[in-house]
Amino acid sequence: MTKLIAPGNWVQIKQVVLSPEERAEQIPEETRKCPLTLLVKGFLQKEAELGDEVTVTTIIGRHISGKLVGVNPPYEHSFGKQIPELLQVGKQMRTLAQKGKRP
Amino acid sequence: MKLNSYSAVMDRKNEIMKKALGMDYEEFEGEGLTFDYERMMEKGGYSIEEVKKIQAETSVGNTPLIELKNITAAARSLAGPGKGARIFVKDEASNPSGSFKARRASVSCYYAKQKGYEGVVAATSGNYGAAVASQANIRNLKSIIVQELFDSHGIGQPEILEKGRKCEAYGAEVLQLTVGPELFYKFLLILEETGYFNASLYTPFGIAGIETLGFELTEQVRTICGKDPDAVVVTNAGGGNLTGTARGLIKAGAFETQVIGASVDLSGLHMASDNDFNRKSFTTGHTGFGVPFCTWPDRADVPRNAARPLRYMDRYVSVSQGEVFYMTEALAQLEGLERGPSGNTSLTAAFSLAQEMDEDQILVVQETEYTGAGKHVTAQLSFAKEKGIDVKIGDPEEQAPGKNIIIPSDPSLIKVSDIEMDNLRKSYLRNSLKKNGLLPENLSVKEKEFLAREIGKDICFVENSLTNITH
Repeated sequence: MTKLIAPGNWVQIKQVVLSPEERAEQIPEETRKCPLTLLVKGFLQKEAELGDEVTVTTIIGRHISGKLVGVNPPYEHSFGKQIPELLQVGKQMRTLAQKGKRP
Repeated sequence: MKLNSYSAVMDRKNEIMKKALGMDYEEFEGEGLTFDYERMMEKGGYSIEEVKKIQAETSVGNTPLIELKNITAAARSLAGPGKGARIFVKDEASNPSGSFKARRASVSCYYAKQKGYEGVVAATSGNYGAAVASQANIRNLKSIIVQELFDSHGIGQPEILEKGRKCEAYGAEVLQLTVGPELFYKFLLILEETGYFNASLYTPFGIAGIETLGFELTEQVRTICGKDPDAVVVTNAGGGNLTGTARGLIKAGAFETQVIGASVDLSGLHMASDNDFNRKSFTTGHTGFGVPFCTWPDRADVPRNAARPLRYMDRYVSVSQGEVFYMTEALAQLEGLERGPSGNTSLTAAFSLAQEMDEDQILVVQETEYTGAGKHVTAQLSFAKEKGIDVKIGDPEEQAPGKNIIIPSDPSLIKVSDIEMDNLRKSYLRNSLKKNGLLPENLSVKEKEFLAREIGKDICFVENSLTNITH
C-alpha cells in the first residue's frame, strides 16, 4: 500500500529541465544522453504519494512543480573515514620544521 | 507567451541580463572588439573606501594575517642556503560565511538592495552560494542558489552537497541540477521569472569586493614586516580572486608585488562530462576553470567579465590533488589550522615557491576557507576511494587526474609546475579573433592596444603572435 503524504510536509521534488533531445549541442555525448534534471525542496501543497506530480512552495515562497521523490531527505554527506595515507604527514613535516628553524 | 526552449531563452540572454544587472553593458563597448574595462570597473564598481564601508556593515573582511612559522621552517630545510621566504596566510575562513567569497557577495547584495531588487540569484556550486545567502540575509533580501551537484546516477559531489546544506542553513532556495553547462539556461529562466538581481561572481561589484583583500594584506604586511609583500599567491579558477586581489595590491601602492596564480591540475577531465564529474576531488581552484577563463573570460554569466586574470597575472603554476591534500594535512598538523582543502591550492604552491625565494622575502597566501563534512580531506579521499580512484603514497609526478591521487611520499616532492603564460596569451588572442569573427590583418591599432592590455603584454607581442595565428 502506498503511503499518502500530507500537505505541509517538507519534501523534495524532481523536474526534468531539458530532455536529451533538448540539450545543448556542444556537450559531451555521455552528458547529452541524460536529461538535465533539477531537485528542489519545499512545502507540499496537496496530499500526494511518492512519484506523483506535485507543486511545492519553496522556503522563499515560490511555487515549483515536479515529481515527488522524497520527504525531508537527510543530509548524508559526512567526514568519511580517516585516511591512512595521510597519517605520515604530521611526523614528516614536524621533522623538517625542526631542521629548518632559524635561531 | 514567451517560448522557453533552450535556444529561445539563450536568444533573449542580453535582455534578461540587462534587467537582472540593473546596468547596460553596451555603454562600455568600444571600437571593434574593444571595450572600456576601466570605465566599467569605475562605473559599475565602488571605490575602495566605499567597499570597506559596505563590508564593515556586514562584518566582512579585516581577517587576520597569520605567519606560518612552522611551514616556513619546513620549506627552509628543503631550500638552499639563504633561501626560504616567510610564508603568511590571510585567514579568509573567518569571514561570516567561511570564505573570501563573502567579500564578493557583500557588494552585490548591497547594490541589489540599493537598486530595489527583492532578491538575488547566483549560479554557483562553490562557497559563493553560502556567501550570497549569508549577505542577503543581513540585507533582508531573498536568495536563490543554482548548483551543479549530481551526476545522472543521482550521486552528489560531497563538497557541493555540503555547500548546498550551508545555503539551506541560511534560508536560501537551493536548486540542484545534474551535470551540464545548460545550468545557465535554467539560471536565465529564474532571473526572468523572479526579477531578482544576478549576483554573478563576475560583475564589477563582485571584483570590487575582493580589492579590499589585496589592500588589507598589503597594509598588514607593511605593519608586520615594514615592507611590501614580494609575492602573493592566489588560487585561480574563474579569475576573480586573482583580478580583485591584484587590483587591491595596486590600489595599496604595492606595484612591485608579484601576482602568482595557482590551480590544481585536472588536465584530461572534461568539465561538462557526466562520467568525469565525480572523478575529481576538487570542485574549484582547478585548471578546468582556470585555463579556459584565462583564455576567454567572457564565457561567464555576464556580458563582459570583470575578472580578467591575464591582465594581472605574472606567473601561473599548477599543483596536483595529492599535493594539496598533503599540505592541507600539514596546515592542520603544523599550524593548528583545519581549513580547505580547495583554498589550500595556493598554500601548496607557496610551500614550493618559498624555496625559490630569499629568506628575507615575504610570500602571502591570500586565502583560507572553512572546512566541514563533505569538503574535508577525509571526506574527499573517502569518496575518491569509493569511486575507484587509486589513492596511494608515491611521487606526485606520476599523478593522473581521474585515475589516481598520489600523496607525496616526502614533502621534498611537492613542486609547482609552470603553466606557459605565453601559450595562454596566444590562446586568448585566437579566441578573441574567433569570437569576433575578425582576421589579424583587419585589426586597428586601437584594437591591438586593447588586446595588449588584455594579456598584460605590449603591442609588439600582440603583432608577433598574430602573425603566427595567420600562418
